[in-house]
Amino acid sequence: MEPAGLLAAYERMAVIRRTEKAAHDLFLHGLVKGTTHLAAGQEAIAVGASAALRPDDYVFATYRGHHHALARGATPEECLAELMSRATGLCRAKGGSMHLTKAATGMLGSYAIVGSHLPMAVGAAWSARLRGTEQLAVAFFGDGATNIGAFHESLNLAAVWKLPVLFVCENNLYMEYTPIADVTAVPRPAADRAPAYGIPGEVVDGNDVVAVAEAVGRLAARARAGDGPAVLEAETYRHFGHSRADPATYRPAEEVERWLKHDPLDLARGRLAELGIGAEAVAEADERARAVVERAIEAAKAAPPPDLREALTDVWADGGAAWRT
Amino acid sequence: MADVITYRDAVAEGIAREMRRDASVVCLGEDIGAAGGVFKTTVGLHKEFGPGRVWDTPISEQAIVGAAMGAALTGMRPVAEIMFSDFLACCWDYLANEIPKVRYMTGGQVTVPLVVRTANGGGLGFGAQHSQATENWALTVPGLKIAAPATPADVIGMLAAAIRSDDPVVFFEHKALLATKGTPPPPGHLVELGRAAVVREGADVTLVALASMVPLALRAADVLSGEGIEAEVIDLRSLVPLDTATVLASLSRTSRLVTVEENPYQGGWGATVVSVVADEGFGLLDAPVRRVTGECVPLPFADALEEQVVPTVDKVVTAVRRLAAY
Ligand SMILES: Cc1ncc(C[n+]2csc(CCOP(=O)(O)OP(=O)(O)O)c2C)c(N)n1
Repeated sequence: MEPAGLLAAYERMAVIRRTEKAAHDLFLHGLVKGTTHLAAGQEAIAVGASAALRPDDYVFATYRGHHHALARGATPEECLAELMSRATGLCRAKGGSMHLTKAATGMLGSYAIVGSHLPMAVGAAWSARLRGTEQLAVAFFGDGATNIGAFHESLNLAAVWKLPVLFVCENNLYMEYTPIADVTAVPRPAADRAPAYGIPGEVVDGNDVVAVAEAVGRLAARARAGDGPAVLEAETYRHFGHSRADPATYRPAEEVERWLKHDPLDLARGRLAELGIGAEAVAEADERARAVVERAIEAAKAAPPPDLREALTDVWADGGAAWRT
Repeated sequence: MADVITYRDAVAEGIAREMRRDASVVCLGEDIGAAGGVFKTTVGLHKEFGPGRVWDTPISEQAIVGAAMGAALTGMRPVAEIMFSDFLACCWDYLANEIPKVRYMTGGQVTVPLVVRTANGGGLGFGAQHSQATENWALTVPGLKIAAPATPADVIGMLAAAIRSDDPVVFFEHKALLATKGTPPPPGHLVELGRAAVVREGADVTLVALASMVPLALRAADVLSGEGIEAEVIDLRSLVPLDTATVLASLSRTSRLVTVEENPYQGGWGATVVSVVADEGFGLLDAPVRRVTGECVPLPFADALEEQVVPTVDKVVTAVRRLAAY
C-alpha cells in the first residue's frame, strides 16, 4: 500500500473503532435499543478489503457489519442515527444495527440469518457477468457460517459458474460462545473447505490491513480475469463479546491479552512508521477521526424520531404495504 | 401459433415472451436447460436463448433462490425454478426472511424483481413429499406476491405481470393442470396480479377457488345447476394482492359464500377471504360461510386415499346444497 493509502486506511479504521465505542456507550446510556454486534478488533478486514475493491463492487455482510458499512461509504452519523432509531438513520430506522445497508455505494446489506447472504453474493457476481461489467461481489461472514449449508452451496455454484466472487471469512475463533474449533471438522473452517470445491483457500492475518488489502487485491484481480471465486480466511479477534448480552467470560485471559496486543490499529501504526509517516500525521488522523465521530454522535442525538407512517411503507415497490385490492 | 396450447407449454411460452422483450430476464433452476425441465415447462428456452440466459444449476435450492435474489438486487430479472413446491422448504429462509424483508429493512433502498416458479399441488400420485399445495406457506409472509393461474392464457398473462413486477412473486404452477388446454392469448397479453376473474356467473352462491380448484368448482357448479342452484365461480388468480373487491361484489349478488381450497383448513387462504367478508361484508350474507379444504394430513399416495382428503366435486356440491337449504 502507498503511504497515503495506508494513512487513509488507518484513519478509516480509527473512525470505525470510535464509532463502535460510541455504539457501546450509547447502548449503556439507553440510547441504542435491541442489541449490537461490535466489530472492534476486526476493522482491518473491512478496510483492507475496501482498499482493494473498486467503488462499484458489491459487498454483503452479516449482523456484525458496522465496519463493512463504514468501510463502504456509510457515514458514522447515518449509522449511529440508525442505531438510535432516528429519522436520519441509514435505513430510516427500519433496519437497525444488524441490517446496515447502503445500496447506493454497493453495500448491499447486512443479513442476520447466518450464512444467508453468501448465495446473494454469488447472484450479484453472476449478474455482473451477465451484464458484462467487471464488478466483483464480496461476502464477508463469520467462521460459524462455514457450517451452514448455504456456504457449501455457494462455493460450489460460484465455482461451477466461475463467478467473480470472494468469500471472506472473518475467523474470530468463536461463534457466539462456542469456539469454532470445537464444532468444525477441519482446523481452517473456510480455507480448508475451499479445495473441495476446486477453488483457492488462503489464510491471512486479518488484523494487518496491508496483508488483507494485498490478498484481496490479488484474489480480486484473478476473479476479474475470469478465473473464478476464492476463499480468504482472515484470522482476527473481536474485542467485545458476541453481542451486548455477552461479557465473553469464556475466553482465556492470556488469549485475550495476546490478541489485544495484536491490535489492527497498532499494527497499522507500526507499518506507517516503517513507511516514514511521522507520529504527527498519525495524531492528526486520530484527531480527525475523533472529531468526525463526535459530530456524528451529536447530530444523531439531535435528529428527530422516525415519522410513524414509515411503519407502513416500503413493503412493495410502489412504496406501500397494501396486500389486497 | 396453434389454436390450442397446454398449460405446460404456456409456461415456456410465457417466459419466452418476456425473455424476448427484456434482456435482463434470465432463468435458473435444476434441469431447466437442454432437458426442458422435469415437467417440460421450459422446453425450447435453452434452444432459443442459449446457456447464457437459461442456466442449469446444481441441486442447491438455497443457492438458486439466494443467487436469484443477488442478481435481482443488481439489475437482472431472474426467473428461478424450484422443481416441486414442497422443496420451497429447502430455501424457505430466502422466501421468508431475505427476499420479502430487504426492501423494508433497508428503508426502501432496494428492489427485488424476481420470480420463483414452482410446481404445486396434488393429483399426480407423487406421495406426501411431492404433492402439497403450499401457496398458504407463502401467504403467511408479508412482502411476497403470490400468483396461481388456472388456465394457459392466465399462465402467460400472469407470467408477464410477474416477471415485469418490481416485487418478488412466487408463481405456483399446478401439476394437475399441466396437461390442460386452452386458447393461446394474443401477443402482449398481460393479466395484472390482484384481478380475480368471474369465470361463471350465477345468482345463488359464490364459489371462490384457486388454480386446480377452479375447474373443480366449475364442475360442481354444473352439477348444482342441474339441481336449480346457480353458482358464481371466482378464480382468485393471485393471493397477494388479494382481490377482495370482486369477492364482495359477487356476494352482494349471491349472499352465500363457499371457498374451495386444496390447502388444509388451518391457515388456508380461504380463512383470510372469509375473515375479510366477516369484517366488511357480514351484512351481505344470508347464510353461514363454508370452506371446503384439504384435510390436515400429509397427502397419501393411493388415489382412493387422496380423494378422501382433498376437495372433490362431491364435497363442494354437498357443502353448497346445505348452504342453499339454510
Ligand atoms: C441460521 C442462524 N442460526 C443461528 C443464529 C444465531 N446466531 C447469531 S450470530 C451466531 C454466531 C455466528 O458466528 P460467526 O459466524 O462465527 O460470526 P461472528 O459472530 O463471529 O462474527 C449465531 C449462532 C442465526 N442468526 N442464524
